[in-house]
Amino acid sequence: MEYFIQQLINGLTLGAIYGLIAIGYSMVYGIIGMINFAHGEIFMIGAFISLIVVLLLNSFGLSWLPAVLIIVLVMAMVFTSLYGLAIERIAYRPLRKSFRLAPLISAIGMSIFLQNYMQLLQGARVKPLQPMITGGFTLIDDGDYTVVLSFLQIIIIITTTIIVILFSFIIYKTQLGREQRACAQDRVMAELVGINVDTTISVTFIIGAALASVAGFLYLLYYGVVDFFIGFLVGIKAFTAAVLGGIGSLPGALLGGLLIGLIEVFWSAYFSIEYKDVAAFSILVLVLIFRPTGLLGRPEIEKV
Amino acid sequence: MANTEPLLLKVDRLSMAFSGLLAVDDVSFNAYNKNITAIIGPNGAGKTTVFNCLTGFYRPLSGIMLLYHGEKRFDLQRMKDFRIAQKAKVARTFQNIRLFPNMSVLENLVVAQHNALMRASWFTVGGLMGFRSYKNKEKEVIELAKYWLTRTDLVEYADLPAGNLSYGAQRKLEITRAMCMEPVLLCLDEPAAGLNPAESSDLCELLLFIKENHRVGILLIEHDMSVVMGISDYIVVLDYGKKIAEGPPESIRENPAVIAAYLGEEE
Repeated sequence: MEYFIQQLINGLTLGAIYGLIAIGYSMVYGIIGMINFAHGEIFMIGAFISLIVVLLLNSFGLSWLPAVLIIVLVMAMVFTSLYGLAIERIAYRPLRKSFRLAPLISAIGMSIFLQNYMQLLQGARVKPLQPMITGGFTLIDDGDYTVVLSFLQIIIIITTTIIVILFSFIIYKTQLGREQRACAQDRVMAELVGINVDTTISVTFIIGAALASVAGFLYLLYYGVVDFFIGFLVGIKAFTAAVLGGIGSLPGALLGGLLIGLIEVFWSAYFSIEYKDVAAFSILVLVLIFRPTGLLGRPEIEKV
Repeated sequence: MANTEPLLLKVDRLSMAFSGLLAVDDVSFNAYNKNITAIIGPNGAGKTTVFNCLTGFYRPLSGIMLLYHGEKRFDLQRMKDFRIAQKAKVARTFQNIRLFPNMSVLENLVVAQHNALMRASWFTVGGLMGFRSYKNKEKEVIELAKYWLTRTDLVEYADLPAGNLSYGAQRKLEITRAMCMEPVLLCLDEPAAGLNPAESSDLCELLLFIKENHRVGILLIEHDMSVVMGISDYIVVLDYGKKIAEGPPESIRENPAVIAAYLGEEE
């Protein structure tokens, strides 16, 4: 039982990170109907920028933890957003009126480009970060197994919750969000009521990238290492999460992320750690076969 | 009576071709503020193409479309996409209804008032911080939405998803949304299509109300002749892309060219 609770905590933490990335996939799909395969790389860039900012702050001698966390978070969101914006401008906007597969292929190209770009810039070796947050609460201690909820896990879950609430508020309660939803439902009509569709799409990419950068930072804190290739696997898992939750649905993306995190952790804990990725991707296959709209997705209704 | 109001729209020698076929051929007409100008003609006459040129869907082959409000003049043929709605203030509805079906009725109306809200909220930043200017603006926006919802008897549906409304209500909502943009030119593409007689007389009343009480010119494409003859001030008749007649309803009714276009020519 103790073991189970510990895995539950670990799974939720990992799931929160997946969820943050999955929201980016879902939002972009919702508004332009395209899977942004470079989104995993955005996450990776977010992690790298976080690492750079942490090291910079340390070299300036700033070590008061809350200040460091907030500065890193803000800087990572700002710079990663710029990457998101630039990618949309360079790789997707010119192809928007092209056939449906063109931006998808462009996205895969972008993903490969960004991996190599980061490898050239930062080297191929794994970059470590000293643990910044240590310790935790011991929830249960029955002699042979202790259940620990670490401070780091608390920070990850709280940060994710705050960020998700903030962005849900933007999307469901502000004019910006209304415009995004309007573009998602009928882009042509949105234009005719005076909405600047291009800007709205750019903003979507910015929000998606900002969320991914938060995930990148949390990932960096949690695992303590980054390299140029982390975006691939984590990105595809987050994509799986988005599909599982129902692509296009934001609560679905978060739910899917949590579920994928839990599945992965429980699989590693009770079956075999080598096959944890197989478990996650089997879910993708099963969902696509039996419930292509995902858990919370709406079926697309073809209108005549 | 038509020309006491200032000129609103001047379409001059407009042509539009699709792969060599002239869909609109050298069409000129004027529309005036606070007037209902109807564009009629048999199917395929190029009526909707004229609308699509006006609202920036198509770039015309030749010709100019000038929109005047006050001192300002807009060259619609040079403007692109959302700017026609945002700056020149041209609103339109479609033959097949295009609402945002998953948004509530009220949200459909609020989203149309994009400019006011975005500027007041400093592109969301101020809005998130709860600035008073944004809150006041939001109140105004909702007031305007309420005004039109009351006018069109849709107020009880304000919180329903727009896609759940009946066909007739959706048609009305589309016009309501267009009016929430506070346009100077309202282009209605077959607003009475599919409406029953009661609904269509409702629609006529609404259009007359808009014409009487708001500074807007209405361009109307319609097949229902009782609607067209009943409410329009001026009629332009197209056939095979050419203008074959124009004038007040009485003269159009008698015009032999129009009768020929609709009923076929006598041997």
